[in-house]
Amino acid sequence: MVTYIIRRLIAAVLMLVVVSIVTFSIFFVIPRLAGVTATDFANRYVGSKGATAETVAHLAEKLGFNDPLTVQYGRWVKGIVAGSEFDTGVSIEHCPAPCLGYSFITKTPVWPELLDRLPVTVSLALGASVIWLVAGVATGVLSALRRGSFFDRAAMGVALAGVSLPIFFTGMISLVYFSYKFGITVPGGTFVSFTESPVQWAYSLILPWITLAFLYAASYARLTRAGMLETMGEDYIRTARAKGLPESRVITKHGLRAALTPIVTIFGMDVGLLLGGAILTETTFSLPGVGRYAVQAISANDLPKIMGVVMLTACFVVVANLIVDLLYAVVDPRVRLG
Amino acid sequence: MSAPLDVSGDELRAAPEVVSPGADAKVIQGRSLGRIAWTRLKRDKIAMGGGFVIIFLVLVAIFAPVLVGWFGHPPNEFHQEMIDTLTMQPKGGTGISADFLFGVEPVNGRDLFSRVLYGARISLLVAFFATLLSVVIGTIMGVTAGYFGGWVDALISRLMDIFLAFPLLVFALALVGVLAQFETQLAVKGDTLRILLLIFVIGFFNWSYIARIIRGQTLSLREREFVDAARSLGARGPYILFREILPNLIAPILIYATLLIPANVLFEAALSFLGVGIQPPTATWGGMLSAAVRYYTVPHFMFFPGMAIFITVLAFNLFGDGLRDALDPKSSR
Repeated sequence: MVTYIIRRLIAAVLMLVVVSIVTFSIFFVIPRLAGVTATDFANRYVGSKGATAETVAHLAEKLGFNDPLTVQYGRWVKGIVAGSEFDTGVSIEHCPAPCLGYSFITKTPVWPELLDRLPVTVSLALGASVIWLVAGVATGVLSALRRGSFFDRAAMGVALAGVSLPIFFTGMISLVYFSYKFGITVPGGTFVSFTESPVQWAYSLILPWITLAFLYAASYARLTRAGMLETMGEDYIRTARAKGLPESRVITKHGLRAALTPIVTIFGMDVGLLLGGAILTETTFSLPGVGRYAVQAISANDLPKIMGVVMLTACFVVVANLIVDLLYAVVDPRVRLG
Repeated sequence: MSAPLDVSGDELRAAPEVVSPGADAKVIQGRSLGRIAWTRLKRDKIAMGGGFVIIFLVLVAIFAPVLVGWFGHPPNEFHQEMIDTLTMQPKGGTGISADFLFGVEPVNGRDLFSRVLYGARISLLVAFFATLLSVVIGTIMGVTAGYFGGWVDALISRLMDIFLAFPLLVFALALVGVLAQFETQLAVKGDTLRILLLIFVIGFFNWSYIARIIRGQTLSLREREFVDAARSLGARGPYILFREILPNLIAPILIYATLLIPANVLFEAALSFLGVGIQPPTATWGGMLSAAVRYYTVPHFMFFPGMAIFITVLAFNLFGDGLRDALDPKSSR
């Protein structure tokens, strides 16, 4: 078990290294391959419009855009671990660890801003994930057990529609009707923090939760149904029934447990992804979370902020995968031995 | 996911026929796999419905300029006369009439019908080519990993794991955003640049899923008797790869390509919705939805592009599901 944990930890760290290299490549290597020069970078990042060519060249040198890419990468990673400083020629900007980036446009380090926005994203992701896990798995199991029934066909029809609908469409339609027309829920852009009032918190998030959960519940229902149909046909289910176990125990203990294993993997990944910013949902409902921060950064041409969000999301996904792997080892003894 | 096709070597040889069912059916004795699949698919009313909708959509996309010429107005033509100057909303709420089949946009009164039609072009173009890119990369990677095994397999498999765990949307957002930032320094510009970027980004980040399936299939095919037979007859690597293994992979490739297209339609719509896709005034479904956000009082503005996405994605999903059932009898939906 210990060696398994150590192996998974090493794999997670390696994964983080790879992800950081890819992220760095997107922001620095690929543009350079496309013909972007150091001074273009300096212009883009510090946004010194109207500055003379010498000033920009000087700035590019000071910020290290002329250095070899490996040196730039090393400096960026060092910044994440130990913090860094940027000399813009006018002033020296401090960016304490973990320095996921420094925005020269708003003159702020990215990390504290991300921390401010995380509660919104975490509230959204966790609330929705509970709803979709319960609703999706329950629907999938019931559908599988009553295969071909009216319920099964209706549920699978709705689920297929659900996976075919983009969230920004369902979200907008539900906002139009539930919020604007009927006034049942709050308008988009409302968020009350949990510490302020738990009831208002839930009320302000109920529509985004349900919309987001519907999308995922649809695909989880399809997956659970397929998994249940497969496991309920296995020999050990027949054995369990032959032993005289009550059907409810056969379903939960033998059928569902096996069918749920792949669901757990996907669930971990989905939640990890959403924690890094439910970009589409937050944009649709104007929620001030990490995802919306990324979108706003893109329209403001604020590259360091986007880079920060990308790294944060990647970290969440890696950690979520690690947790899923460790949970696997607890649930399924074959994993830790294999 | 999908079990290897459980048919004998003779029938498997005929697998390429899946692309053109019945092309040389007279030559082959008995019913080929493609034939069987086609018969099965024809019986699946829902899948056939999806297939017809796809054909219809493709035709609409190709002939959008002609159709707009007959039934609409150019997609970027303003029709201020359709707009109530006080509320800036279409006269009569939506502006739907024989002249404007889907009504007009608020404020500038552009014809929604022609914008939805032109949106289909971008959507399908990007989705098709991105899927093609994923399939090409995925097949090459999957076959290489599965056929050669050893450290090649280990390396590619790790790479697939990494790509599968990537936060796709954020990365795509960043990549398109970053490259578009430096637009002035790049060789291609405007819509062409955006379309190429979208195809590249969507296609490049999605190959791992197909690769994993192809790798699994190749692994099992490699050990089959007909491959052994070919090898004992003196066939070498390339022959076995292209003549013995690849034809047997056409069914899974076709299935997962069909199921990847709707995902890519959604992906393109999402990127355009977030403002990093094709830029206005070029009409895209995602872009129209993102513009519609501000006009809650005129829901028809979001309804038509939204339904266009929904119908397209649903049609591909239905057809893909049917195709999987037809080509891969062992899989259960």
